[in-house]
Parts: sequence; structure tokens; C-alpha cells
Amino acid sequence: MIQVDGLGKQYKIGQFQRYDALRDSLGAALTAPARLVRRKKRVDTATRGEPFWALRDVSFEIEPGEIVGVVGRNGAGKSTLLKVLSRITDPTTGSATLHGRVGSLLEVGTGFHAELTGRENIFLNGAILGMKRAEILRKFDQIVEFAGVEQFLDTPMKRYSSGMEVRLGFSVAAHLETEILLVDEVLAVGDAEFQRRCLGKMKDVTRQGRTVLFVSHSLTAVRGLCPRSILLRAGRLEADGETEAVLSRYIAETLGGQSAVVAGEELERRTRTSWSSDHSRPLFHVERLALLDSRGSARNSFASDEPFEIVLDYEVKEPISGMWIAFRIVNDAQDVILHTEVRDWAESGLSHRTEPGHYRSRCVIPANLFGERRLFVTALVEGSGQDTLLESVIDFDITFQGYNDNYAEWGRKVYVRPQLAWTIEPLGTAGSEAPPLAQR
Amino acid sequence: MTVIEPSTGWLSLGFRDLWTYRELFYFLAWRDIKVRYKQTVVGAAWAILQPVLAMIVFSLIFGRAAGLSSDGYPYPIFVFSALLPWQLFSTALTQSSTSIVVNRQLVTKVYFPRLIIPVSSTLSGVVDFLMSFVVLIALMAYYGIAPPVWVFTLPLFVVLALATALAAGLWLSALNARYRDVQYTVPLLMQLWFFLTPVVYSTSILPAKFEFLYGLNPMVGVVQGFRWALLGSAPHIGVLTILAFVMTFVLLATGAAYFRRTEKVFADLV
Repeated sequence: MIQVDGLGKQYKIGQFQRYDALRDSLGAALTAPARLVRRKKRVDTATRGEPFWALRDVSFEIEPGEIVGVVGRNGAGKSTLLKVLSRITDPTTGSATLHGRVGSLLEVGTGFHAELTGRENIFLNGAILGMKRAEILRKFDQIVEFAGVEQFLDTPMKRYSSGMEVRLGFSVAAHLETEILLVDEVLAVGDAEFQRRCLGKMKDVTRQGRTVLFVSHSLTAVRGLCPRSILLRAGRLEADGETEAVLSRYIAETLGGQSAVVAGEELERRTRTSWSSDHSRPLFHVERLALLDSRGSARNSFASDEPFEIVLDYEVKEPISGMWIAFRIVNDAQDVILHTEVRDWAESGLSHRTEPGHYRSRCVIPANLFGERRLFVTALVEGSGQDTLLESVIDFDITFQGYNDNYAEWGRKVYVRPQLAWTIEPLGTAGSEAPPLAQR
Repeated sequence: MTVIEPSTGWLSLGFRDLWTYRELFYFLAWRDIKVRYKQTVVGAAWAILQPVLAMIVFSLIFGRAAGLSSDGYPYPIFVFSALLPWQLFSTALTQSSTSIVVNRQLVTKVYFPRLIIPVSSTLSGVVDFLMSFVVLIALMAYYGIAPPVWVFTLPLFVVLALATALAAGLWLSALNARYRDVQYTVPLLMQLWFFLTPVVYSTSILPAKFEFLYGLNPMVGVVQGFRWALLGSAPHIGVLTILAFVMTFVLLATGAAYFRRTEKVFADLV
């Protein structure tokens, strides 16, 4: 059983990837000597950035044997929730009580060492996940069999293919026997066949009456495994209930907007920005993201045979070096279908140094590229240590027009359906031997 | 049952938790030892080559050229008996001071008592030590030096060397998680510490009034203890040993407390 009560986790912005250089702290101490004396205070009112709640006042209860999915956009607090429940990081407020042994799988193959053999790594990884030596010994054959690495057991892991490594990692993890299992995105690895087997294994796990909290971007996986789901949004619990209901709310509310132009407060709310501690405020600011048709009007639905344009308006407040802008077209599970960036195009007008001012970046997505799908636009802007991410802020529909009069229905609902060159040439009479593959 | 709450104030060492995870401790130490000389040509021979080469260089420079006193023992054995604990100590300290950052993969992905990391990495030089110890025995036989009866106290000084390394390692590894400056300071620190420890010279060259101050460095007690247990005599061994134990205990207790206090945010920092 898991009981979560008012759980909150606060970060200082910029705390994620950076570490402090002693200089910073010393600098802070010099500019404000009183802070050194009142150390407690210094922690709270950090010199760097605003405090940021990755998790805020989250409460829920999970009964023994329940399988609960956790969904939400990137940065909604899913991973933080798992990290707090796994005791990797401390909560700032609230409490959680977990009855039973807890196993957490935040990635596969944690602690694998390239120089050690597969056999050695199984023991090491098992121990890291909290398995006893005797337990690993008992399950050893099953682990090896599931991973399919029998012949390579005594080969150093650096000779493994990444697929083998992932399979072995998952296999060890799948044999962890704890009453509570916290799983993060483990299924997002390996080839399709292995993912299917992982999903199957996860189903077995859930049938054993264990309590599982499953974080995933894959809505398909959540649908398949979890009768109940939790939706997180900006660190808060947004919905908790039957999976289908929660997922449809997630898709409706969290992904995309109704409008083909996103600006103002709506844009603000859906933008995630982090910047380096050298600056007290963001260096640039995205003002508008829009989808335009060839006549320049904003639209949310396009025929597959018309081009459209992604337009990004931004204001640069201080000179920026090495500006980088990318647009992505993604599906509802955040898989990237298309990625394009300003540096791909030599004549974009991008300069090494961007002076303050208002700018507009545009990129034309050509006609005859997509099949019939609902897609989302994500924009990423970076420069001078600032990252700004607008994830899935606009959704749009493509209606596939076909390339001939009688295109097959089943070939319509794919993500990418370009018109490509084909040729057919006669090679000889029937009954004669097939000619060799000709040299050009 | 696990209760997760914001941590407040000073914490205990969490011995029960450490005991539960004792196998992980063993596996991590085993891993560090196992991969130590992987992908090197001479492999574990490095364990012997390092101190032996250092001994030759020091004997030529400090013993022969500079003519430093070696308390009446042949200079090579005088320096080698000190190089052994010094290498054990310096490997242990270097490894443990970066251990949290080096193992950031584990720290950010799995829970286990964090103390296991610096403690297990302290042991990574033990096998090296045992191998060079064989060289020492050969060297003593060559010079015809028989150890005194109190040679059985030697493990005490081995433990003291490791404890001192761990004490400093706890402080430095926790600091290094926050301030990456630490890992650049450690090599310098080790050089200074080396010359503040009587490895290449004898304590007899020091003015007597500084002896107490000098003895505050626990490694003085360790090195002199080694000479005392192996060669038969070392000046002021009683006082130095007691001082070393007291200092190490203080460092160890404060280091563990500081480590425990900051470990909760390791995952957010590294």
C-alpha cells in the first residue's frame, strides 16, 4: 500500500544540471556577508532564480495489488514523484508511507560496468536494485534466459550491442520480487519485439498481486497495463481515476490547444524556460507560435497536399551568441515524427551573435509529407545558456488527399506518407533465369 | 514499512539500513578492485611497480643524493615501509573523494545508503597493498631485517590508514557533490600531505617543539606505526598513535555527520 500525503518537492531553477562552483558561494558570501551567518536563510532565498515546485501538494492512496499509471507532460513532475517515492531525493513537504519492500526501476541496467562480464553485471546490477545474492543465484537462469544472452555471459559488457545490454538490464529488473514496484519508462527501450515481451512481463508482474506505480509517456502501455491512472500537471495532481477517463482528459487538456496561434498568457503557461545563473532574467522571450497556411491565415487543419508554415516570434533582450531554434512535429505520445532546425539551412539569416530586438523565424513544411494524423508542434529555442521549450503547444490535423484516384485506405493513417519515385522495368521473359543485380 | 518525510536536523548513521545493504557494499568494493587494472598492458603489476619505482627514485634522490637520515635503517626499506601505508591511504582517499560524483548514475537512479559508496571505494587499494606487502617481505629478507614481536599490531595501523582516508573521503566526497572544485584540489592536497608525513625523511629532523603539532596529522602515526611494527623502533610511537587515533576519530565522526546531512540532496546536485 502506498499513502501519499501533501507531497511537495522544491528546486531552485538551474539546480538540475549545474553544480555550484565554490566561487559562486564565496561570491554570494562576499556580496552579502550576513547570509553566511544566517545560513538557513541563504538556502531559502537563493541568489539564483526563483524557487520552483516540481511537485506540489500531491496526495493519493494506492491499495495493495493496484496498478496505477502516472501520465503528464515532460516536467509535470512524474519523475520527481518517482524519485521521491524511491527515496532518491528528499521531499520538501508532506510525507509518503510505503508498506512493503520497495523496488524502483528508474532505468534499465543501472550500474552496469563495461569492463565486467554479463555474469558479473547481473550480480552487480541485482545488488544495486536491492536483491540478495541468494535471490540472484536462484533467479540467475531465468534472467539469462529471458535476456537471451547465454552465449555472451562471460564476455565483457563493452562487447555487447546496446540491445543486448538493455535486454539484460530489463531482465534483471523484471526478476526483482518486491511488494511495491516503481517503474519509469523502462519500456521505452529496445526493439519493438523486445518491448512487446517487456509489456508481457509487466503484465505477469501485475497479475502477481503486487502494487505497481508506472510512469510512462507511452499511452498505449499505460492503457494496456493500468486500470487506474494519475494525471500530473505542473507538479500538481490534476486527475485521478479510471485510465480511459484520465487519458482522454490528458490528451484534451495537456496536449495541443484549440487555437492555431498561441501567445500571451496561454503561451506563458506552456513554456518552460531555464537559464544560466550568470543572468538574473531570461535573455530572450518567445512571444508567439503559429501555424499558417500558404495564404498566411492561421489554421489547425490542413490537406496533405498543401504546404504550411510554422512561425515563431521572439524578443531578444540581451545579445545572444549561438542561437539555436528547432521545430518538431510529434504525436500524442511525444514521439518525434519530424525534426528541423535553423542551422540546417545556410541562408536562414542566423548570425553568430543575435542583437536585441524582435525576430520572426519561419519554416515551411512542404506538401505531400504526412499521412492522415493528428500531430503537434513543439518548438525549442536555445542560446547563451538559456533553454526555452514549448512542448506540443499547437495541434493540427492532416487530411490525406492521396496521390491517385484509388489509394488504399490502410495506407492513409500513417505518420509519414510522402510521394516517392518508383520505377518498374522489364528484365526478361518468364521461365528464363533471373538476371543478376545490374551495376549502374 | 517506509516513511518518507523531509529530513530535519542531524541524523543517525543508519546502521540498520547499512546492514541491509551489506551485500551491495561488497559488490561495489569488488567491482572497484576488479576493474582497477582492466585494459592495461601489465595489469596488476602496476600495484607493485608504483611503490617500487617510487622507492628507487626516493632512495636515489633523498637517500643517496641528499643523504637524509633514515634512523639507521637502509634507506630503501625505510622509505618502502612508509610508502606502503601511504599508497594505501592515497589511493583510498583519491578514490573516495570523487566516489559520489563518479557514481552519479547510481546516486540519481537508485536508493541505497549513500555511505556505502565512499566506504567501499576506500577499499579499492587494499589488493594493491597486499601485493606490495609481498615485495616488502622480500626486501626485508634481502636486508636481513627480522620484524619485532609486536609486528602483530600492524593491522591496527592498516585500519588507521583506511579510517583516516575514509574520514577525509567523507568530507571531500560530500563537498565534491556540491563544489566540483574539490576534485581539482585533491591532487594538490595529496602532495602537501605527502610532505607533511615522514615518508621520505625521518621525524628526527624536526624541532622537538613542533612534535605535537606535527602529530596532529594522523598519517604521521600511521607511518611511524608501520616502521615501529615492521622494523622495530620509531620515536614517540605511543603518543603519536594515540594522537592519530583521536584525530581520525574526530575527523571520521564529523565527516560522517556532514555526509549524512548532505546526502539527501546528492541526487539533485551531481
